[in-house]
Amino acid sequence: MASNVTKAQPAAPLPQGWFRVIALAWLIPGGGHFLLKRTGRGALLFASVILMFLLGLMMRGAMFQPQTGDVLTTIIYCGGFLGDLASGLLYLLAIWMGYSQPDMAGHVHDYGTKFLVAAGLLNVLAMVDAYEIALQEKD
Amino acid sequence: MPKMNLSHFEAAVLFALFSSVVLGVITKRTDADRLRYGLRCFAYFVAALIGLGWLMKLGHG
Repeated sequence: MASNVTKAQPAAPLPQGWFRVIALAWLIPGGGHFLLKRTGRGALLFASVILMFLLGLMMRGAMFQPQTGDVLTTIIYCGGFLGDLASGLLYLLAIWMGYSQPDMAGHVHDYGTKFLVAAGLLNVLAMVDAYEIALQEKD
Repeated sequence: MPKMNLSHFEAAVLFALFSSVVLGVITKRTDADRLRYGLRCFAYFVAALIGLGWLMKLGHG
């Protein structure tokens, strides 16, 4: 009987320094691209994420704190916290400098909260891109 | 840090702008493709923004 089972290909070894790229990309938006000598793209990512985060701060958006309860509360608050945290040094600096905005009613505050989370999520996309470049899956 | 007051439209357009730049930068392989994709994303964002705005206005009567 012919066997259709194929042997699993061994995974290609990760190139040295990929962890450094990811860590820098998290801490400084576009930092992974700068490290990999993609300065133009890194500068665009840096500017976009930083401007989005600063606009979120200027609109007095609220930072999420992890909370558990029902499923929706857990997803929103823990997910929002992870999104905020993904901004790296921007988030850490804002917290360190005492930024603490209560969640208030109003569309400007609401947009600010979304801008803060979206800045982190865009930084996650930049980190994935830097990782793929480090693995040479992308130019 | 100065406080900023933006309208719904201004905030949503800025959101669309920054998101489109990042999506354009990370998605495609050549600069021309990146520029085209970023512009297309921005156009779709703005079209959805205006379309949904009209839908909400008409829905409210």
